Amino acid sequence: MTDAASEAAPGRRARVVLVDDHRMFRTGVRAEIGRTDETGIDVVGEADDVESAVRVVAETKPDVVLLDVHLPGGGGVEVLRRSAGADGVRFLALSVSDAAEDVIGVIRGGARGYVTKTITGTDLVKAIFRIADGDAVFSPRLAGFVLDAFAATDTPPVDEDLDRLTQREREVLRLIARGYAYKEIAKQLFISVKTVESHVSAVLRKLQLSNRHELTRWATARRLV
Amino acid sequence: MAAPETRTTEPAPTEAPAGAPPYRRLYRSPHGRILGGVCQGLATHLGVPVTWVRLAFTVLFFSQGIGSLLYAAFWVVVPLGINQAAPGADRPARRHAEAGPGRFGRLRELLERTFHGDDGAPDTDAAAVPGGVGVGGRGRAGSMGQLFALIALVIGVMALLSALGIQTAKPYVWPLLAVGIGVALVWRQADDSRWQSWFGLEPGSRKGAYLRVLAGVLLVVAGIIGYFVTQGVGSPLALVVESSLAVVAGVLVLGGPSMLRMWQDLGAERTARIRAQERAEIAAHVHDSVLHTLTLIQRRAEDPKEVLRLARAQERELRLWLYRPEAAAEDAPDTLAEHLRAIVAEVEDRHGVHLELVCVGDCPMDEKIASQMKAAREAMVNAAKYGGGGPVQVYAEVEGRTVSVFVRDHGPGFDPDDLPEDRMGVRESIIGRMRRNGGTARVRPAPDGGTEVELEMERAADD
Repeated sequence: MTDAASEAAPGRRARVVLVDDHRMFRTGVRAEIGRTDETGIDVVGEADDVESAVRVVAETKPDVVLLDVHLPGGGGVEVLRRSAGADGVRFLALSVSDAAEDVIGVIRGGARGYVTKTITGTDLVKAIFRIADGDAVFSPRLAGFVLDAFAATDTPPVDEDLDRLTQREREVLRLIARGYAYKEIAKQLFISVKTVESHVSAVLRKLQLSNRHELTRWATARRLV
Repeated sequence: MAAPETRTTEPAPTEAPAGAPPYRRLYRSPHGRILGGVCQGLATHLGVPVTWVRLAFTVLFFSQGIGSLLYAAFWVVVPLGINQAAPGADRPARRHAEAGPGRFGRLRELLERTFHGDDGAPDTDAAAVPGGVGVGGRGRAGSMGQLFALIALVIGVMALLSALGIQTAKPYVWPLLAVGIGVALVWRQADDSRWQSWFGLEPGSRKGAYLRVLAGVLLVVAGIIGYFVTQGVGSPLALVVESSLAVVAGVLVLGGPSMLRMWQDLGAERTARIRAQERAEIAAHVHDSVLHTLTLIQRRAEDPKEVLRLARAQERELRLWLYRPEAAAEDAPDTLAEHLRAIVAEVEDRHGVHLELVCVGDCPMDEKIASQMKAAREAMVNAAKYGGGGPVQVYAEVEGRTVSVFVRDHGPGFDPDDLPEDRMGVRESIIGRMRRNGGTARVRPAPDGGTEVELEMERAADD
């Protein structure tokens, strides 16, 4: 969904660790993205549960960890929690589930993006480089969840502004949800791609840091927690 | 002995949560038991040698009779374990390892044999010979052990009685004792017959069982009669009242164990049935949906488009069933999100193109929204047909009273101004329909190729 082709200069490399409890899936992903000459991605490790994931991440210090949400031993959130000390390692959640509680859960746990397993190999490579650059990757559905979550806090601004999305951020998210790539959003709103990225990062930050009792209420109302 | 006492606070095992792992639960052991299997069960549960537990209980029997009370409480509350592995299954090996040298080893073996109450044959452990619990299958050492345990129990009861200061009314004691022994016999038999009915033992031990029950009943009756004889009877009215009370008490005492066991069995059976039902339901659903689809996919393996379509439809259905059971139960979609989901599913199935639906907010359907949905459906069909086969994004948002729907494809795109007059789809089904119902529709090229249709409508009534 995202388009990083313009940023991903040829010859760039990224070291990646795959965390998924299904060996078949890891093999598939490795086959899809692991051709280092073409994609520039170097799969340096694999793990199939929380324990091994934490260990492998600590040992290899990759640029990006492709993290499954449902894992034996506590799930992706647990890996995020226990790998909090690993500097420079960024996490991209890759899950078959697009249920709101999974998505919001790992994003709040510190993942920099969330894509579903239906993503194509090319898009996944782009997403990995975007994450490696420190940007966020939002799938349309994730943008929808965020909009939905913040819609509940829209009317009464109880907390400070931290809890609320600016008009611009909301616009950006809405365009992502409509299936626009970052580059298209930039064109549409007459801003630079970098600005789009900073808006998205701001959303991510608010989602993680803000005191989200409204989000909890929203989730409770939908019986998600 | 603090541990077993705390265990008594456990909830009745039949009411324990179904998800609790079975090894955490406390069962009385049916293997190689002497009285009720309480000590064996506790030993297995606590992971200590059974001999310790038995010694502890014996000591407790003598100290003010607390042991009797405790033992009786365990016997009543804790169910007989049936699915559990025999705790003595590893015993022969251990015995070979330990019983080899020395007098101490032999003494220990003797003690063990007495306390375990098995027949002492090294090759037949309790698991292999469940008949070992019956009267007939029990060897001499077993009988000795049982006798020993009974005597200990009797002494314990006496100690309890004396502790309660009943010895001042000496005549009470012996009838009560008879009742106690009778009850113990009958209860033990109730346990054994249950055990036998599960494992279909040969009826050889049945005679002994009847004998035991009979002895128990006689003892109880004799005890009750003896109680009244020693008591002496006052007025005729008191006689009637007391004798009826005695009958009721006798029936309760004798029938109690079976009734309690039956009740516990019923609970266990109900849990098992509920679990089986759930499993059957899941199996049925997987069979009806997933297996059928997989069969279809095998048959159509050479048609990738059809395979994709089938797999996609199945995935969607299974996802709905797993994550949103309440939505799957609904028949007619009556909110915007449900309605859109249904349309997306239908278009996906018919045209074999993946539609990605994102819905923000939700609202009940009304007439205006319904016509907007029709227009959206037309836009989705167009996107699926002419969108170049790539994924189509559908985004719906309810904001206050405005409902907006965006349908975006990644196809070659087209300029709506160049639209020929005869193209009725976009002109009438989408733009015209929206306008007639008081909404707006815009068709425009997306920035990087493809087309986007935007439909905006005000909701009719406020809710």
